[in-house]
Amino acid sequence: MIGRRAMLGAGVAAVAGAASQETPARAAATDAPSALPPDIPPSMKAQGAPILSPAYGTPSPFEAGVVRRARVRGRIPTAASSTTPLQDLHGIITPNGLFFERHHAGVPTIDPAQHRLMVHGLVDRPLLFTMDDLMRFPSQTRVHFLECSGNSTFAASPPGATAGDIHGLISCCEWTGVPLATVLAEAGVRRHAAWVLAEGADAAGMTRSIPIAKTLDDALLAYAQNGERLRPEQGYPLRLLLPGYEGNMSVKWLRRLKVGDQPFETREETSKYTDLMPDGAARQFTFVMEAKSVITFPSGGQQLSGRGFYEISGLAWSGRGRITRAEVSTNGGASWRDAALQEPVLPKCLTRFRAPWTWDGAPALLQSRAADETGYVQPSRETLIGVRGLNSGYHDNSIQTWSVQADGSVQNAA
Amino acid sequence: MRPSLALLAIVLAPMIAARAETAPRYGLGSPATPAEIAGWNIDVRADGAGLPPGQGSVSEGQAIYATSCAGCHGRAGEGGMADALVGGAGSLATAKPVRTVGSYWPYATTLFDYVRRAMPYNAPQSLTANQTYAVVAYVLRLNRIIPADAVLDAKSLPRVRMPNRAGFRSPDPRPDAP
Repeated sequence: MIGRRAMLGAGVAAVAGAASQETPARAAATDAPSALPPDIPPSMKAQGAPILSPAYGTPSPFEAGVVRRARVRGRIPTAASSTTPLQDLHGIITPNGLFFERHHAGVPTIDPAQHRLMVHGLVDRPLLFTMDDLMRFPSQTRVHFLECSGNSTFAASPPGATAGDIHGLISCCEWTGVPLATVLAEAGVRRHAAWVLAEGADAAGMTRSIPIAKTLDDALLAYAQNGERLRPEQGYPLRLLLPGYEGNMSVKWLRRLKVGDQPFETREETSKYTDLMPDGAARQFTFVMEAKSVITFPSGGQQLSGRGFYEISGLAWSGRGRITRAEVSTNGGASWRDAALQEPVLPKCLTRFRAPWTWDGAPALLQSRAADETGYVQPSRETLIGVRGLNSGYHDNSIQTWSVQADGSVQNAA
Repeated sequence: MRPSLALLAIVLAPMIAARAETAPRYGLGSPATPAEIAGWNIDVRADGAGLPPGQGSVSEGQAIYATSCAGCHGRAGEGGMADALVGGAGSLATAKPVRTVGSYWPYATTLFDYVRRAMPYNAPQSLTANQTYAVVAYVLRLNRIIPADAVLDAKSLPRVRMPNRAGFRSPDPRPDAP
């Protein structure tokens, strides 16, 4: 007992030392008084930290491990990605500091006063907008996921991989901005317009061609996420948001929209973000992120503490609309049962699902399977690879399998 | 008087409505001037629209490549820190496809667009139009797509036929599984 207390005390002291502020409460923790009954917790015997500690709040130091991780050790750090730790999150909203990153030329620093959005091409009036102009338009707030089309990948991941490691190039935010249709109408789109080139103000000059129908449907020029202005990694001060479409098309640091009558055939829609099929031909303009799900608890790298009750929990989403069903299997897909969908169930948004489970201590294979309002059902890995092979690179929405070992450890089994 | 006014209203109503559809709704934003547009209008389309005046040769491109590109893409485009630009011919339907400018890219104009906007890595948008034509010519020559004595400009570049020009399919055939 004394040994365990000393250990706990050492742990708390290490965390307190790592924190920037030394408070009496934390200093007291080094004496390792018990916080457990029947003792009085030290947190009740001294004042806590004052307000504005710090002015912009941060997570508890005990949550220091909940951070984004570099997806692959990229050779070029500015053309790389980092993943959201899905296994550590709750509900459907991704905190802004944990939103996944995918940059093609790093994160630029942009003064919003110096930022402009140019709208030109097949329009009646080429226009230049300041951020103040854009924020004066009637605005909308909507909750949508954003997923990189390279999320999950067809390549096998190691047994030690976590949900975030494999599937963490997806995040979900409440976005605020002006509908792109509103801004295009201000410029007056001409009749034969068919595509809009979106261009970023980063060193990649990131560019994608967007079908005009999408720009007039639910596309948003977003300037805020989860109540605050966009983070620099998410395109501050302005990004395009194309709900349900592959993430790279939601061009960040948006500076230019050029209306045209054909796709612009940019590097990112020809040599990249095209899906190579087994016959050597590539699919181009594969925009929609199809229905998908992943169990986040229990998931890779986690540890069950013994047999008994657990709540299986996970995320389901579809770029085509609402999730209508999420099922779970604990026997590798031999049988399925419905999971409960947590409200709200919104279109093109993460949906949290939950299912009760009593673990009997035997090895188990956990899977989830999502269906959306179009009737589409998430495919097995074998089915998807059977159609697309292993080299299509993008749009892997197949079922994930987690293996629960007899010792309670959970591993990737995909 | 009255009937004629009513008639006028009937005649004018659709015109006014049509006008209202294209009129600015909120009066926000300012006109983008031709000079402002020219400075930012850097994209090049597959048919060559947007290519600037100027020209560049394979041999001029070789020197630029050596100083500005080889550090990341390899001395002969074989790849290094950054993607390989050369090779992979015939590999797309194999278990280990190699996607390069030569084996995969459908349009030579895209190479101009991308180099102009994003390369070289340490100094994007620093090459002149002539230098960009030249380095594009050299990369195409490394892939044996154009002759060693080729000179590229706004007319000749869109005419370059890329080996994998017919290698792309759209529209999206999904859902395809299950």
